[in-house]
Amino acid sequence: MRPNRGTNLQAETPMSNSRHRAFSFGRIAAITANTFIELTRLKIFYVVLLFALLLIGNSIFMAQLTFQQEFQVLKDIALGSMSIFTSLFAVVATARLIPHDLEDRTIYTILAKPVPRFEYLLGKLAGVLLLLAVSVIIMSALFFIVLNVREQIVLRETVRQMSASPPEQTAEAVRAVSASAFNMNLFPGIAIIYVKACLLASLTLFVSTFATTSIFTTAVMVFAYFIGHLQGIAREYWLQSNSAGWLTKVFLAFVTLLFPDLQLFNLVDDIVAGTAISLALFAKTATLGFFYTGFYLLLASTVFYRKEL
Amino acid sequence: MMRILVVLLSLGLFGAAKLPAEHAITSAHRSLHFRSVTFDLGLRDQIGQLGFIAALSGFRSLVADALFVQAHIAWERTEWGRVLLLFRQVTTLQPRATLFWDVAAWHMAWNASTAAMNDSTQPRLALRVKAQREYLQLGKDFLEQGIKNNPERPQLYEAMARLYRDKYHDHEHAAEFFEKAAGLPDAPSYAKRFAAYELSHCDGRAREAYDRLHGLYATCINERPPTLIGHLKDLEIKLDIPLEQRIPDPRP
Repeated sequence: MRPNRGTNLQAETPMSNSRHRAFSFGRIAAITANTFIELTRLKIFYVVLLFALLLIGNSIFMAQLTFQQEFQVLKDIALGSMSIFTSLFAVVATARLIPHDLEDRTIYTILAKPVPRFEYLLGKLAGVLLLLAVSVIIMSALFFIVLNVREQIVLRETVRQMSASPPEQTAEAVRAVSASAFNMNLFPGIAIIYVKACLLASLTLFVSTFATTSIFTTAVMVFAYFIGHLQGIAREYWLQSNSAGWLTKVFLAFVTLLFPDLQLFNLVDDIVAGTAISLALFAKTATLGFFYTGFYLLLASTVFYRKEL
Repeated sequence: MMRILVVLLSLGLFGAAKLPAEHAITSAHRSLHFRSVTFDLGLRDQIGQLGFIAALSGFRSLVADALFVQAHIAWERTEWGRVLLLFRQVTTLQPRATLFWDVAAWHMAWNASTAAMNDSTQPRLALRVKAQREYLQLGKDFLEQGIKNNPERPQLYEAMARLYRDKYHDHEHAAEFFEKAAGLPDAPSYAKRFAAYELSHCDGRAREAYDRLHGLYATCINERPPTLIGHLKDLEIKLDIPLEQRIPDPRP
C-alpha cells in the first residue's frame, strides 16, 4: 500500500500506543481510503465515460423511434450497462486486492503492525464498496440527466404539435410522456444493482483468500456468477422434484446451499417495464444482499486468519 | 484442513438457513409480477444459446431491446415473418413491458395485414383476404397474451378496443375493452368516453350510450369535446329525445 497524504496508517496504529484497541474504525478507514485511492489510480472511472458515450449515442440513435420506445430502450440500456459495469468492477477490482498487496509486499508492512487481519479485509472490501457506490452515483446521475434532457425535448415537441388541440388532450399527452420517462421505482432498482455488486465483491474477496492468482479468482467468479443466476432454478427443482435421482439431488443441493441466488437481485428488467416494487420487498431483498455480503466477509476472514503469507 | 471443514460446514449451514428467506422473497417477487419469465428449452430454442445465456445472467431486458431494434429494422424492410418471429422473442423475454405487446400487435394487425391486402404479387383476392385475416388474428393473439401477463394495466385493453373498433368493426367488443381500460388505475380520461361512443354504434344499446354520454356531458363543464356533442346530437335524434331535454347547440 502506497503512503498517502490524506490518510496516515502509522498515526492510527502507533506501536508505542499503550492503549491498542482490538477493533478500530480509524484503522479500517485508513485502509478503505488507501484501497479507494489505489483503485481510482487504475483509471477505472474511464468506464463511466464509456457509459456516458453509450447513453448519449443510444439516445441519438433511438430518436427515430416513438418516445415510449425510446425511453424504454434508453432505460433498459442504462440500467443493463450499469449492472454489467458494477458487477465487472466488483469482481475485477476485488480479485486483484490481495494478490497485488502480496506482490507489492505492502501486506507485510500492514500486517506487521497491530492491524487484525479482519480489519485489513474489512478495510479492503469497504474501499471496493466505496468505489462501487461512487461509480453507481455517477452513472445514475448521467442516466437521469440524459433521460431528463430527452424528456424535455419530447415534451416541447408534444406541446408544439398539440398547440391546436384542447387543453385536456394536451395534458393527457404530456402526462403520457412524463409517465413513460421517469419512474420513482428506478431508484430502488439502482440500489438493488449496487447491493448485488456488494455481494459479488464480498464473494470475490472470499475466493481470493484461498486463490493464488487474481486470474484464478476472476475465473472462479465468472462461473459463480453464472451458477448464482441458475441457483433459483436448481433450488426449485431440488425442493419440488421427487423423480430426480439421488446423484442429481446431491448436485442440486450442492448448488443450492453453496451459491447465492443472484436472480433475486435482477429486478431492473421488470422495473423498467413498469412493475412497481414495494418498500417491504425492496427492504427484504436488500437485507438479504447485505446479509450475504457480511457472511462472505466473515468466511473470508476465517480463511485468511491463519493463512501463510 | 480443519479450517476448510469449518468453512464448508459454515457454507452449508448458511445455505440451509438462507433457503426459507430465498424461497419467501422469490414468492414475493412472483406475486408482484417480478421474474415472470420461465427459463426453459422453449425459450432457449426461441432466442438462441447466446441470448439464453445473456438472459439467464440478468441481461434479459438488454437482449429484448437488441431483438426489438432488429424487429424495427425488419419492419422497415417489410420482412413480416421476421418481424413476427422477433416480436415473439421480445415479448417472451419482457412479458411485463406493455409497449412491446402493443407494438407487436400494431405491426401485425395494422402494417402486415394492410401489406398482405395490398400484395401485388398475389392476384387472388380471396388469398389476400385470408392473409390479412391471419395477420389480424396474430395481432389479436399478441394483445390477448399481453393482457394475460399485464391484467392490471389499461394500455393493452385500450389497444384491443382500437383493434376491434378499427379492424373488426366490432363495436360491442370495442366498448367492452374501452370500459375495462377505464376501470383500471392510470387509465386515460378518454377511455370512458370512447366506451360510450362505441356503445352508441351497437344495436339496441343506444339508450344506454345516451345516458352515459349525457352523464359525461354533465361532468365535463369546462371542456366538452366536439365528438361528444356530435354523438349526443345523433343519439337525441335517433332516440327522439324531447326538445326541452336536448343539449344546446354548440356555439359557432
